[in-house]
Amino acid sequence: MVEITPGQSYGFFTDTSVCIGCKACEVACKEWNELDGNEPVFGDGYDNTGQLDAQNWRHVQFHDNVPDETLTAGQGKAWLMMSDVCKHCTHASCMEVCPTDAIIKTEFDTVYIQPNVCNGCRDCIAACPYGVIEMDKKKNVAQKCTLCYDRLQNSMEPACAKACPTQSIQFGPVKELKLTAVKRVNDLHAQGVTEAQLYGADDSVYGGLNAFFLLMDKPEVYGLPNAENAVLPSRNNARGYLATLVTAAVAVVGGLIALRRRREPPPAEVIPAPATVTEPVGGAS
Amino acid sequence: MTLLAANEHFARAPEWTWYILFYFFLAGLSGGTYVLASLLRLGGNPADEPAARTGFYVAFPALLICPILLTLDLGQPLRFWHMLVNTTPGELAPVFRYWSPMSVGAWGLVVFGIFVTGSFLDTLVRDRTHERGRLIPNFAAKLWNLLGAIAGLFIAGYTGVLLAVSNQPIWSDTWVLGAVFLASGLSGSAALLGWLVHRRPAARASMRAFERLERFFLVLEIVLIVAFVLLLIQPGVLKAAFAFPWLILWIVAFVSFLPGLFGATSSRRTVSADGSVSVREARAVGWVSLLVLVGVLALRAAIIFSAQ
Repeated sequence: MVEITPGQSYGFFTDTSVCIGCKACEVACKEWNELDGNEPVFGDGYDNTGQLDAQNWRHVQFHDNVPDETLTAGQGKAWLMMSDVCKHCTHASCMEVCPTDAIIKTEFDTVYIQPNVCNGCRDCIAACPYGVIEMDKKKNVAQKCTLCYDRLQNSMEPACAKACPTQSIQFGPVKELKLTAVKRVNDLHAQGVTEAQLYGADDSVYGGLNAFFLLMDKPEVYGLPNAENAVLPSRNNARGYLATLVTAAVAVVGGLIALRRRREPPPAEVIPAPATVTEPVGGAS
Repeated sequence: MTLLAANEHFARAPEWTWYILFYFFLAGLSGGTYVLASLLRLGGNPADEPAARTGFYVAFPALLICPILLTLDLGQPLRFWHMLVNTTPGELAPVFRYWSPMSVGAWGLVVFGIFVTGSFLDTLVRDRTHERGRLIPNFAAKLWNLLGAIAGLFIAGYTGVLLAVSNQPIWSDTWVLGAVFLASGLSGSAALLGWLVHRRPAARASMRAFERLERFFLVLEIVLIVAFVLLLIQPGVLKAAFAFPWLILWIVAFVSFLPGLFGATSSRRTVSADGSVSVREARAVGWVSLLVLVGVLALRAAIIFSAQ
C-alpha cells in the first residue's frame, strides 16, 4: 500500500511510450467512480470512447502514425496511444473562473470539483484548455477526474494507476514522479528515441501539471496546448475591463457632448398635420 | 458535443445558449437605458426629465428578467445563491472573487438591482404624487443616479469580459467584447427610448437627443467591431466567427446600423404642428427601432454561438 500524506503534492506520470491502449484505466475508473459511460463511438482507429467528459475521466487516445512508406519499418511508432486525464494544473483555468469556490485544491494538491457546491454555471467548461470538464447530465453539475480523492483519503492509489498493466500510469508524490520522468526521457533519448519529450513536468505549462506526460510527438498531436498557447483566462481580465472602461468614458463624454450640441428641430421639419387620419400616440405624461 | 481546436485551444463549449443570449440582451438594455436616463437627468435640460423617467421605467423590468434567465440556465437552479455565498463545508461566508467576471457580475447585478429598483420606485412615486412625494431625497438623487449609471455601464459591458475571460476560441482571442457589448447596449437603448419618447407626448422634447446619441453609439460600436475583427485575424479564427450561418446574424446586425447611421430614424420622427403623429410615421419609427433591437440581439447571438 502506498503511503499517502496530506499536505504533499500527488499526481500521475503517464508514460505514453509504454501505453498499449488496453483501456484498463478507463474501466477501472468507471468501476470505482460509478460512471455509467456513454454509448460507444466509432471513428478512426480503436478509440470508441471519444473524449474526456463527465462519464469518461480517463480516455485512451489512439493516433494513427503508420508510415506512408510501407517499405520502412514502423519501429513501434505505428500508433501513438495516450491515457488522457485531468491535468490537475498548478494554475488551473477552471479554478480561476469558478464563481462559487466549488473548485478547490485538496490537501493532496489536486483539483477537485465539490459536487455539493457547484451550481452548474459551466464557466469552468469554457475555461479548461484541455476539454476535460463536462456537465453530468444526471447530477447537473460539472464533473471531471477527482484523482480518486476518496481513495487518497484512505491511502489507496487511484484506480487507473492501480489497474495499468504496463505502468504507463504511475502515481506518487509529484517530486518523485518528476525524477522518474526525467530519467525515463533521458534513457529514451540515449536509445535514439529523440522525439520523446515531457509535457507539464516543468512550470512552462500552467505552472506545472500534477498529471504530466511523456509524449512521443508534439503536444498538439495529443490535443494539448503547447507552452506558448498554455494561457490562463485571466490574461483578458485587466485589458477586457480596461477596454470597457475606456469605452464607457468615451460613451459618457460623447453622450454629454451630443446632448449639449443638439439643436431644436428647424421649422422646416415641423410639418403641418397630414390630411390622413392621425391619432395622438401614447397618453401618459 | 465537439471540442473546438483553433489557435491551439482545446476547450469544450459551455453550451451557453438561449437563456444567456437573452440575458446578455436584457442586461445591455437595462444598463443602457439606466445610463441614458441618468445622462439626461444629470447632463440634459429640464425638458428631458420625462424622457429620463421613461428610461428608469424601462430599466427595471428589463433587469427583473435577468436573474430569472441566469437561474434557469444553471444546472442546479436552486443553488443560484451559491454565486454569492460560499457553501464549502466549514467555510460558509460571502464569496467574491474579483478575478472571476461571473462572480463580479453576480454582485454587480445585486448592486445595480438596488439602484434600478430605487430609481424605478422613486420615479413612480414622483409621477403618482405629481412631484409632491419622492423616495430618494433631492440632495441624494444626483449621487444615486451617478452611482447607478456606473453600475449600469458595468452591467451592460461585463458580459463581454465574461466571454473573453475563458479559453474558448473567438471569445478569448479578443479583449474588446466588453466594449462592443457596452456600445451595442447603449445604441439599442437609445433606439428603444427614442421610440418610446416618440409615443409619449410629454417626452418628445428629447427625441433629437436620442437620435444624436444613437448615431454616436453606433459609430462607437462599429469602430469596436472593426477592432474585434482585426484582433481575430492573427489567431486565425476570423473565418469561424463569420462562417455560415453566423454570417447571416452579422448581416442582420450591420443592416440594423443603417437607419441610425444615415438618419432614417430622424427623418421619420416628425411631429405635426398640433403635436400629433401620423399612424404611418409612428409605425415606421417603431419598425426602425425594432430593427435596431434585433440587430443588438443578432450581434450577441453571432458572438455567442459562433464560438460554440
